[in-house]
Amino acid sequence: MLQHFDPNKDYGTPARVSENLVTLNIDGVEVTVPEGTSVLRALLKRTSTFLNCVPAITWKHSALAVSAQWKLKVAAAPCFLYHTCRKRHVCYYAEQQAGETAPQHHGAVHLRSPAGLSDLSSNGNCELQDVAGAVGLREVRYGFEGNNHLDAKKDESNPYFTFDPSKCIVCSRCVRACEEVQGTFALTIDGRGFDSKVAAGQDDGFLASDCVSCGACVQACPTSTLMENSVIERGQPEHSVVTTCAYCGVGCAFKAEMKGNEVIRMVPFKDGEANRGHSCVKGRFAFGYATHDDRVTEPMIRDSIDQPWKKVSWEEAFSFAAGRIKDIQAKYGRESVGGITSSRCTNEETYLVQKLIRAAFGNNNTDTCARVCHSPTGYGLKTTLGESAGTQTFDSVMKADMVMVIGANPTAAHPVFGSRLKRRVREGCGLIIADPRTTELVKSPHIIADHHLKLRPGTNVAFINAMAHVVITEGLEDKEFIANRCDNTAYNKWREFISEERHAPEQTEDITGIPAAEIRSAARLFAAAPNAAIFYGLGVTEHSQGSSMVMGIANLALATGNIGREGVGVNPLRGQNNVQGSCDMGSFPHELPGYQHVADDAIRGRFEASWGVTLDNEPGLRIPNMFNSAIDGTFRGMYCQGEDIAQSDPNTNHVDQALRSLDCLIVQDIFLNETAKYAHVFLPGASFLEKDGTFTNAERRINRVRQVMPPLSGMADWEVTMALSNALGYEMNYSHPSEIMDEIATLAPTFKGVSYDRLEELGSIQWPCNDAAPEGTPTMHIENFPIGLGNFAITEYVATEERSTRKFPLLLTTGRILSQYNVGAQTRRTPNQAWHDEDVLDLHISDAEMRGISDGDWVGISSRAGDTVMRARITDKVQPGVVYTTFHHPGSGANVVTTDNSDWATNCPEYKVTAVQVVKVNSPSSWQQNYQNFDDQQQDFLKQGRESVSQ
Amino acid sequence: MVMEADPFMLIEGMTIAGLAVGATQGYIYLRSEYPIAHQILNEALAKAEAANLLGENIQGSGKTFHLEVRLGAGAYICGEETSLLESLEGKRGLVRAKPPLPAIVGLFGQPTIVNNVLSLAAVPYILAEGAKAYADYGMGRSLGTLPFQLAGNIKRGGLVELAFGLTLRELLEDFGGGTFSGRPMRAVQVGGPLGAYLPESQWDTPLDYESFAAVSAVLGHGGVVAFDDTVDMSQQARFAMEFCVVESCGKCTPCRIGSTRGVEVIDRIVNDENREDNLELLNDLCDTMIDGSLCAMGGMTPFPVKSVINHFPEDLHKPVTEDMAS
Ligand code: SF4
Ligand code: SF4
Ligand code: SF4
Ligand code: SF4
Ligand code: FES
Repeated sequence: MLQHFDPNKDYGTPARVSENLVTLNIDGVEVTVPEGTSVLRALLKRTSTFLNCVPAITWKHSALAVSAQWKLKVAAAPCFLYHTCRKRHVCYYAEQQAGETAPQHHGAVHLRSPAGLSDLSSNGNCELQDVAGAVGLREVRYGFEGNNHLDAKKDESNPYFTFDPSKCIVCSRCVRACEEVQGTFALTIDGRGFDSKVAAGQDDGFLASDCVSCGACVQACPTSTLMENSVIERGQPEHSVVTTCAYCGVGCAFKAEMKGNEVIRMVPFKDGEANRGHSCVKGRFAFGYATHDDRVTEPMIRDSIDQPWKKVSWEEAFSFAAGRIKDIQAKYGRESVGGITSSRCTNEETYLVQKLIRAAFGNNNTDTCARVCHSPTGYGLKTTLGESAGTQTFDSVMKADMVMVIGANPTAAHPVFGSRLKRRVREGCGLIIADPRTTELVKSPHIIADHHLKLRPGTNVAFINAMAHVVITEGLEDKEFIANRCDNTAYNKWREFISEERHAPEQTEDITGIPAAEIRSAARLFAAAPNAAIFYGLGVTEHSQGSSMVMGIANLALATGNIGREGVGVNPLRGQNNVQGSCDMGSFPHELPGYQHVADDAIRGRFEASWGVTLDNEPGLRIPNMFNSAIDGTFRGMYCQGEDIAQSDPNTNHVDQALRSLDCLIVQDIFLNETAKYAHVFLPGASFLEKDGTFTNAERRINRVRQVMPPLSGMADWEVTMALSNALGYEMNYSHPSEIMDEIATLAPTFKGVSYDRLEELGSIQWPCNDAAPEGTPTMHIENFPIGLGNFAITEYVATEERSTRKFPLLLTTGRILSQYNVGAQTRRTPNQAWHDEDVLDLHISDAEMRGISDGDWVGISSRAGDTVMRARITDKVQPGVVYTTFHHPGSGANVVTTDNSDWATNCPEYKVTAVQVVKVNSPSSWQQNYQNFDDQQQDFLKQGRESVSQ
Repeated sequence: MVMEADPFMLIEGMTIAGLAVGATQGYIYLRSEYPIAHQILNEALAKAEAANLLGENIQGSGKTFHLEVRLGAGAYICGEETSLLESLEGKRGLVRAKPPLPAIVGLFGQPTIVNNVLSLAAVPYILAEGAKAYADYGMGRSLGTLPFQLAGNIKRGGLVELAFGLTLRELLEDFGGGTFSGRPMRAVQVGGPLGAYLPESQWDTPLDYESFAAVSAVLGHGGVVAFDDTVDMSQQARFAMEFCVVESCGKCTPCRIGSTRGVEVIDRIVNDENREDNLELLNDLCDTMIDGSLCAMGGMTPFPVKSVINHFPEDLHKPVTEDMAS
């Protein structure tokens, strides 16, 4: 089963599951495959000496399903030439050794545009050339004088790949990849007959077209027409390693194709269970940051943040850091220090950081960036369904009949899932979008949502209650599911609550802004669908009522019986690559790994026995509490791994003040990020390409991250944490991340069956994985819930305090876009800048006109927390009264404006609603001027540090 | 003709066909070059709907059938059934690979039957008069009638509806009255621009599908174009390839590139450049196109070319003349 390391077998399409089997005759041998299996897969079932040729089979054929009447011959198929052969249905060329080459292949290869074979310069990456070689073609019978396209112009507009139409054979694979796999419909064949050519958009080049640079077309192209620039520049890769993307929570598997220690290209892995061979622009192309000049690869220290950095040895850095932490604890107490784990790092690394905090610092002051994104998911789903995680696999969406997307923009933030969802919608699945903005899923080529519920920011709970009200009062609930699977006392209480007239859509219309009739119709559609699934994102969680909303979503899913099978479920679209994992690994102050409460003596006892220390039984500080205590002077030291709290957390002024108050800030990162500008110790981190470990994606899927190149700093992140712990006097001793996973398996019951060996065997594992589910659990809650019966929670709508006033009449909501990733530390250091090199403020034309703002003007955005300046973009994607921006660039200061309002249960910040005023201005805000000065100073300190001689 | 003169025959035929296969939606795909037919069809549809001969619950039967006219955008290839479906879906008229057959996965992914006007218009007659009455026309497996279109160098051009089975010569002489120029007739192309050229020796072939197939020709939609003895058959062969250059949908290599190479090779033959080699190449090219093309466009383009090679080889060996196309 170790096919995960087999780099060359390409089955074209995923295996089909069907009870109906089709038997066909291949080379006289009967082969039986499930119905719907592609011809290519069927061919591969029949072992043959010609397997090497099979990748040449056409995209078309790779998706073409077998039919029982066919007689096939095994061998390769240069079908990008023909697509299909009228005589045989599937082309083959007979075993060439026997000299039986089917004549029409000769003919077609000869005919290849533009003029024969001689110009097939392709870096050895041309299937056509391979075929020509295989059928023994050397000369060109038609000569070179004929009409041709040899002087067609190259399109080099895309920063990552080149389109050289002079090599194009117009096989349409790229067009189909763009349509069927990616769902963007950016490409077409333009013109007819001999003039047919591939055109992006209205033939205005790739960059200017709708192309989102996912690279599917480049991967599909059988010639060197569409080719990665890195391959053109550096030649063909020589070996490859399968690993996992470190950007978003989809967790795409990639083959990192290498030349020596250099990554030439990333190719989505066909067997990747999360991505099924697809990727987005970030994972496939934006990996150049890993070797960017800005990488800091040597440890540095300084006494205060007003001083330049000084390069030191690892030992000195550890002893300096440990000394400072110990001093602080001696002076201000055990509770005066803490740390933040990273959702960007591996499970093993995260586990070690929280272990260091709990065991070496001796307190529970550990938190993670999930605080600011999906902590309400943890709380809300644990309360209602009993487990802090999404219930499905991504594949499950292919069985949904109705999908409701709430507060998420998957085509930008979870692009590979977005493409999958679009594919399902094109197959006829219904779609309801609840979002203040008009996202791509509302309307794009071949996609139209049945409903776009354009709610006002901050009114989620009123909206979801209204949906449930319609379901219950119109008798659309799944009575059987409720009776058998749910806690009926809780249900009856909830039923009474939700049936109250005040939740009726007619009553909530004024609050949410969604017409009552639309809610009613959407609720009926949702309830009527045999399989209805909910996908949601940060537009649900990042609110003062984030946890209530998550519970409201779970209530609706329970009430309609949409839990516990494929095609349904409650699916949080996790933002970062390992946000699920960092939560699983015990990063929160109140929970030990595996969501086990610190106050539970029995549980704590097991950890104490394993770790050989006494653990604090009180939950520690959450991130916002750490900031407040820092400003109070009671919290003075912090270890922050791979997270940029200075840019990502709300109310930047407040964070700035807190960080300046610390006596010792230890930052471990690959760049001198915004937070590191406040640090005293800088420990160089490793990029995902340098890591060995596991990430857990939004489907609870544990994926292996395999080291592609050695850590630039010489130390892996887990080794750094271990050394710091040892310097602090708490001994850790691991020789490989697999040993850390083994320890996790003994302590967290849901991970009991997980080990690196099992991961090699199975490819990936969805937790829970234990004796009851030795291969993991793709779909959760099939028979019962971890808490036995599903629990309905009362979700009272409470309006946020953040509302529009005369002073701040507009509501600001934030989000991200496809090409940049979160705080942008990585993507800003890649050519992805071509798509988004600054954050802009989107506002509706009516709001703009009222303020005399035109497109491209500089505008000041102020809230009660602070103000900043960015450029305005006028759009109809936001509704009047709502403005929107992204937070990818530190200088734009989006979070200077956001406030410290937060979720009542988990303190997840209310990023999605800030009352603001927008005015036309002509100079940067005072915050921006200060930021610029501070940045200049710190860059200078870094420069001095880099130039200093290590001691 | 049918659309303009008796649209209800087609509407009735389609409605019956729809009921027969359980379809509730039908489309008439009409070339944009026929504005009058478009107008008449639309009026007829409106009348049929008003009379509840179309629409919901037709004549209280509980059956539903809607019918709509859609206009093409001028591509010859959209006469091919799958590219017709693509065009109906609003896409570029590009041939689809089969399988799946349209009857299984057709328009918008739904099972679809695609028939020509001739077949559908015959339905009411067959149902009214019985299958036997219809089968009494024609011969062999080609039953019924076909409206032949006499054109080209012919004295009496126009439409003649005849039962299958007459010989080509009878059609040309009895109905067409010989050439318009009065000169001897030399070649006849039957079945549209992709049909083979028949020399006089084949004019006694009966007009039915099977007999024509037996002589490597096609009857197609019944178009008949006559040429007198001034015709240069090499130019006719070249024209076939050129037509394919213009009308090929571009999806598959043999047709998209083969047609262009075909024109070039024929030009070389006519110019007497390596004539023997190029003739062999032309033959191979024809085979590649026949065997390898995805649809009949590329698959049939060689028919006229091959018929020229086989029946009028002397024209390919003529010395270069002035009017040689450049
Ligand atoms: S890169 Fe992706 S979006 Fe762009 S044209 Fe290719 S397949 Fe389409
Ligand atoms: S660019 Fe590549 S994939 Fe697209 S038509 Fe040309 S050869 Fe085929
Ligand atoms: S960013 Fe997300 S969707 Fe894109 S390749 Fe990485 S994991 Fe996949
Ligand atoms: S034979 Fe010609 S018209 Fe038919 S599919 Fe191929 S390119 Fe298109
Ligand atoms: S299908 Fe590729 S040659 Fe027949």
